[in-house]
Formats: sequence, C-alpha cells, structure tokens
Amino acid sequence: MQDSTFSTRARVFLLAPALAVFCAFWLLPLVALLQASAVPDAFTAYREVLTNARYLHSLLATVALSLAVTAATLVLSTITGLFLARRELPAKRLLVALLTFPLAFPGVVVGFMVIMLAGRQGLIGAISTRLTGDRWVFAYSLSGLFLGYLYFSIPRVIVTVMAAATKLDASLEEAARSLGASPWRIFIDVIMPALMPALIAAGAVCFATAMGAFGTAFTLATDLDVLPMTIYTEFTLNANLATAAALSIVLGLVTWAVLAVARSLTGATVAATA
Amino acid sequence: MPEFLKPRRLLVAGQLLLTLALVAFMVVPVVMSVMAGLTVNYFRGVSSGLTLKWLEQVWAMYQGSVWLSIEIALATLAITLAIGVPAAYALARSNTRWARFVEELLVLPIALPGLATALALLSVYGGWSAFRSSMWFIVAGHVVFTLPFMVRSVAAVCAGTDLRTMEEGAASLGASFTQRFLTIVLPNARPGIVAGALAVLTLSIGEFNLTWMLHTPDTKTLPVGLADAYASMRLEVGSAYTILFLLMTLPLLIAMQWLGVDPVGAQSARAAAKRKRALSKSSAPEQQPLTQPVETAR
Repeated sequence: MQDSTFSTRARVFLLAPALAVFCAFWLLPLVALLQASAVPDAFTAYREVLTNARYLHSLLATVALSLAVTAATLVLSTITGLFLARRELPAKRLLVALLTFPLAFPGVVVGFMVIMLAGRQGLIGAISTRLTGDRWVFAYSLSGLFLGYLYFSIPRVIVTVMAAATKLDASLEEAARSLGASPWRIFIDVIMPALMPALIAAGAVCFATAMGAFGTAFTLATDLDVLPMTIYTEFTLNANLATAAALSIVLGLVTWAVLAVARSLTGATVAATA
Repeated sequence: MPEFLKPRRLLVAGQLLLTLALVAFMVVPVVMSVMAGLTVNYFRGVSSGLTLKWLEQVWAMYQGSVWLSIEIALATLAITLAIGVPAAYALARSNTRWARFVEELLVLPIALPGLATALALLSVYGGWSAFRSSMWFIVAGHVVFTLPFMVRSVAAVCAGTDLRTMEEGAASLGASFTQRFLTIVLPNARPGIVAGALAVLTLSIGEFNLTWMLHTPDTKTLPVGLADAYASMRLEVGSAYTILFLLMTLPLLIAMQWLGVDPVGAQSARAAAKRKRALSKSSAPEQQPLTQPVETAR
C-alpha cells in the first residue's frame, strides 16, 4: 500500500526528535537504573528485596492498600457514576463539576486535604470530640493514606464510569425488563458486563497510581511503610542506591504489568498519573 | 401502588445520599483549607477574624516557586508541542507494526512511577552539576512524563480524521509537505493539541513525585514548596499556599471542564480503543472515516 503523500523519510524526520528525547531521558536512565540495581552482582539486591522482612512487608502493605483503595473506589464510583449518568437530576452539572474538580490536585495537596479532614485540627476530630469525647486523628497513618488515595481516585473513576454509562444500550435493558428480569438481575446481567471494560481499565489505573504515589504519603508522614516511601528512605537517608534501584524496578514492573494486563483485557490504553 | 415502589424509592434515596456524601468528601476539605488560609487563627476559628496576611506571607516567601513552576510548565509545553505533535501525526498516519511498537515505547514512561523515573535520571545525569542544578533537569523529567499525554491526545484526533484523503487532494493540487502539514494537519489536529496542551500544563504544574527528587534548593517548584510548607509551617500558611495553588490551576481546570478534557487520559484512551477497533476492522483506512464521526475532545 503506497502512501504517496507520506514518505518514509518524512516519517523518520517527524518521529526522530521525540524518540531522541525518549532515549536520552528515559531509556538510557532506565538502563542505568538497572545497572545500579545490579551492584555488586545481578541478583543480590533483588534477593534482598524478596527476603528482607522489612522490604517484603512494605511491598505487601503497598499491594494490600492499593487493592483496598481500588475496590472501595470502584464500588463507590460505580454507584455514583451510574446514578449521575442515568438519572435526571436538578443541578446535575454542578454535582459532576464538584465531584471532578479535585481531579488535577497533586498528591501533596490531596495529603493536605486528608489532614484537613482527619488531622490534629481536622473536621472528623472536631465532630468526634463533640459526639464521643474522643478526638479521632488518623491522617498520619495508613488509614489516612487510604482516605487520600480514595480522594485522589474517586473523581477519575467517576468520570470513566459516567462516560461508559452514557454508551449503554437502553434496548438491552428494556428487553431484559420485558422478559421479567428484576432490576437487580438487570444490573448484574446487563449493566455490569457492559461497564466491565471501563471498570477494569479504571481499576488498573487506580491500583497502579496507589502503588506508585509518593506525594500523599510524603505529606502525611515520612515513616509510612509503603514502597515509595521505603525507596525514598533507602535512597536519601541510607544512601543505598542498589536497593532503592531494585525496589524501583520491582515497583515499576508491578504497575506496568497491571496496566498491561488491563489493556490486553480491554483493548484501551490506560495510564497512571499521581 | 406505592407499596411496590417503596424499595426502588429507597434505592434511589441511597444512591442520592451516597452521591451527596462523596460531593461533601471532595468539597469540604477544600472549603476548610480556603477558610483556614483566610482566618487569623484557625484553632480559634473564624471568630478570630479574617485576614490576608497569610497569603501575603506565602507570596513573600514562595513567589519564586510560583514563577518557576510557570516557567517549567511553559518550557515543558513548548518542547512537548515541538516534538510530540509531529510524532503523533507520523504515528497516526502509519499503520505498520513498527509504528505501533514506537507508540508503545513512547507511552511507557507513564507506567513507571515518577519516583523510579527520577532515580533513573539522577543515576545518569546526577553528576553533571550544571544540568543538575538548572531548571532544565526538572523540565527533562516533566517532558518525558507528559509527552505520552500529548502524543496520545493528538494521535487520537489525527487517526479519527481522514488526513490521508485530504492530503492526497492537496498534493494533487501541488501543495508541498510543509504546506500540507501547516494548512491541513495542524488545523485538523487542533482539538487534540488543545486537549494535550491543557493536560501537559496541569500535570507539569502539579507534578511532585519526580520533582521532589530532581529539585535543588534553587529549583523549588510550587508542589515542592507546598510539601515544604505543609511540613514546617503553621496550618494557616499551608492553607494560604494551597489557595495560591488553587488560584493558579483554576483557569486550567475551568478550561478542561469546558472542553471536556480529563488529564487522566480516559478520553484519549477511548479514542485509542476506537481507533484500534477501526484499524483492525479495515486494512484500507480510507474507507472508514467518512462514515465515522470525527473523534474530538467533545
């Protein structure tokens, strides 16, 4: 198939600058990171990552936290996203705008929002003091991080669910209803399968983001036992580049694999932003 | 038959309640933070009086970080436009396996956590102190991280438009490659370019994971300053700084809401999926776009 208006030379010419930047500032550094993790030999650092209780614990805690955040976000956002997409509501646009404007908040700001809610001078503490006499302060722990990642992920997943919900085929639901299916059955057998690709993609992004996010944990407490904080501590405080590099590569492999699996399941490109 | 309707009513009420609870969850801390930045003493509450002195203090201490963030975001945008738009166009016009491979490569950086990318950049360029201590070190990190968003957004729009037919028409009338790129490709790709540019600016201004590792005391960006203020300043100062950040990103957020762009990339992901399906359906791409609506950023 000859393309008379687009020569190979033009293709190369147009792609070369982007590829050059990619190679110089991503590919080459990544190779260097691999090399740094292979000191003194190829496996020592990785063996340490998988056998040292502290690293392993941090890895498992991060995975567990990310799974919990993903599950909670998917449930909450699916209910709300479907509700907003399928019902006529007064001030719907306003509700959607309010739910999605924190979408561009960086992790540090999200961390501060958690402090506002559950910190020492936070709202939850103030309310709980009045109601029970106990001041509930949980911002500076894994629960605070959970709240933060929820805050971070909900707007993103709601956007995705709403976009997918507007494309649902109403005739399928009508057919199911005319055959006597209950609303619950319609939800399970008609709506959920149609939403599945969007949910898988959104869930993968949510998981990968929670795995790699650094800003929220950094704002809440520097001693939180999650993988990005462990990498940061190893690198800055312990000057242990080999372990930091190996942990980074393990982290990168996990997030990349989750995104790749989601993509092969749904056929869509998904991306993590934190 | 109100008895019959009752469970459904309850269900709807439950959904409404959950939705309102989530809205409160998203909005209340922002409102609290804005209030805290404007009150004299947050611990004593609004009754202690409203003031702009925290904002003034933050501006005096951290205005450098605001300007630096704007400079870095604009430099990042300029570079991603210059290298990303041509690349996206070339990828959208190429249907070879090789082009798909390059596309995969270019998108890889968003799958790697920023912290890892930063460590990688440091292990290569950390010793080159002139580069390391300039803002261009941060720009390099931001470009690598945001380029995929620009490329995907532009490529999705290009692939949804029948550029080839239009270009063939123009070429048959004697238009050169440069003329066609400037008068056909760029105007048609505009929605993608605008969406990509907004995403790049927003991501660059808010980027922390990479920037925290890459910054030096002389290159503190807005999020780095925020983390600093949250850790070491009183709550009112941190809040006032957050107000500054909100004011800075507000125009970008409004523009994105207006144009329906989301920086997560869900929009372009859908477009990419659509394109993939379209490509696998027909090996002759000139047949399909006539019947397919042009995929734009709404």
